[in-house]
Amino acid sequence: MTAARSARKGTLVAVISTLVVATLIAIAIGSSPSWPLVQKAFFDGTYFSTSLPDVVDAFFINIQLFVLAEILILPIGLLIALARSITNPAFAPLRIFATIYTDFFRGVPSILLIYVLGFGVPALRLPGVPKEPFFWALVTLVLIYSAYVSEVYRAGIESIHPSQERAARALGLSRFQALRYVVLPQALRRVVPPLLNDFIGLQKDTALVSILGVVEAFKQAQILKSANFNFTPLMTTALIFLVITIPMTRLVDRLAAKDRAAQQGGTR
Amino acid sequence: MSTTRSRIAFGQTTRMAVVVMAMAMFLAACGGSAASPSASVDASCAKDKLALKTAGKLTLSTDNPAYSPWFQGGNEGATVWTGDYNNDPAKGQGYEGAVAYAVAAKLGFTADEVVWIHTTFENSYAPGAKSFDLYLAQVSIKPERAEAVDFSAGYYAAAQGVVTIEGSPIAGATSLADLKTAKLGAMIGTTSLDAINETIKPDTEVAVFNTNDEALAALNGGLIDGVVTDVPTAFYMRDAQLTGGIIVGQIPSTDELEEFGFVLEKGSALTACVSAAVKALGDDGTLASLLTEWIADKASAPVLK
Repeated sequence: MTAARSARKGTLVAVISTLVVATLIAIAIGSSPSWPLVQKAFFDGTYFSTSLPDVVDAFFINIQLFVLAEILILPIGLLIALARSITNPAFAPLRIFATIYTDFFRGVPSILLIYVLGFGVPALRLPGVPKEPFFWALVTLVLIYSAYVSEVYRAGIESIHPSQERAARALGLSRFQALRYVVLPQALRRVVPPLLNDFIGLQKDTALVSILGVVEAFKQAQILKSANFNFTPLMTTALIFLVITIPMTRLVDRLAAKDRAAQQGGTR
Repeated sequence: MSTTRSRIAFGQTTRMAVVVMAMAMFLAACGGSAASPSASVDASCAKDKLALKTAGKLTLSTDNPAYSPWFQGGNEGATVWTGDYNNDPAKGQGYEGAVAYAVAAKLGFTADEVVWIHTTFENSYAPGAKSFDLYLAQVSIKPERAEAVDFSAGYYAAAQGVVTIEGSPIAGATSLADLKTAKLGAMIGTTSLDAINETIKPDTEVAVFNTNDEALAALNGGLIDGVVTDVPTAFYMRDAQLTGGIIVGQIPSTDELEEFGFVLEKGSALTACVSAAVKALGDDGTLASLLTEWIADKASAPVLK
């Protein structure tokens, strides 16, 4: 009874304090003498509604790109992580290659890579080498995000206590079996939230394909922006990205909470 | 040592400015004189009455890099990435460079009183106070754009042309119909984009690049078959930027040609004066002779039908 009441009181306080802060921010921004100018340039209702269909149309290119990229990144990233986790000296070259790969592709800015691959490789005019911007954007994103994702996997694998593997080996499982049936299932569950985090980053980076001339959502917004000297279409694009990413972040939170509950359920 | 010298120099300039200003005021009081070399276009546009960013100086601006034939003459030792211009607009060379100084002179400014600053195209129309008095970088005048900035009267009517390279599928194109199946590219924010969509109406979507240089990289890489840009720039691309460049032709304009104008802050008190200056330069034949000097026979190409 008292617990329910204090919970209700807590909600009320939270609502009031949020409203007060939001109002203060709105007043501060609205009181700026040039707010009407900024509002017209960035938040114009007419430009919003006229840009929405065009930007949504173009956003399908972004969706295709990030879905395809993610399908490729998940297994490639895992393979690289496993290559780095192998301790057998005979596989040293593989481990060294995987280390150089992650160092390089995490370090190099994706915008530079897309310039080199998208403009440079087709200019070689080698027979059979694709020149489609979409293809090279996909390659760029897969190369870069596989490096990030492999590090997430590796962190997950290393977070599993060595006793797990030793116990599995003691039970007669081979090294591979221990990895496959004991370590990886636990590790993968742990890395779902950071993986989705990288996935959201990937979605936003699909705008990179615009450098190669493809008219995706961000480029479409830029075209409308410079045609009318009004920045509202960029806000339209931001909104579309948020509509996709916010449910995803909420889902991540949910999954993480559920996982925590499942793991702690027995001990509490 | 050097500070003293500069202080003396500064003192001299100030004194000279005062003398010039006094003379100008005297002439204005006398009803002006047509013989004065720095005659203003209108009494209300007298130099001392202009609302300037920096008093006594006309702050002009363009994008960097600045390209021929709009700005030219190079800039030896320029480090573009630290803010130097690759083609120094202060030389007054190239069509826009020359027009800028002609307008400045009409408004009563000597070449020494003109200051150049670097502004990107996007910053030229971002909301808020501008750091320039006048901006010129082949910006087309459009009614929608005029809601965000002021435009002067137009100083150049731009026709659009198609440029390609040897070996491209459209290298031998002679008509608009030949271009219909082509993958064409253009720079973002240009009227070239409208020309493609409204006149050529190609089957494949237009590729849109952030800069003309990227469009050319795409042309060289075979990502696109041709680049559409204003005709003088098309000639510059063919002659200076491409190996084996070809001008396919000029796109016929459906309505009146779009004009390039100076960009000013919305509601600027200078706009009317600059427009009057541009119109005066058009009427007295200055613009025509600058066109002959800097763009010459590169303002038009065979029109595609």
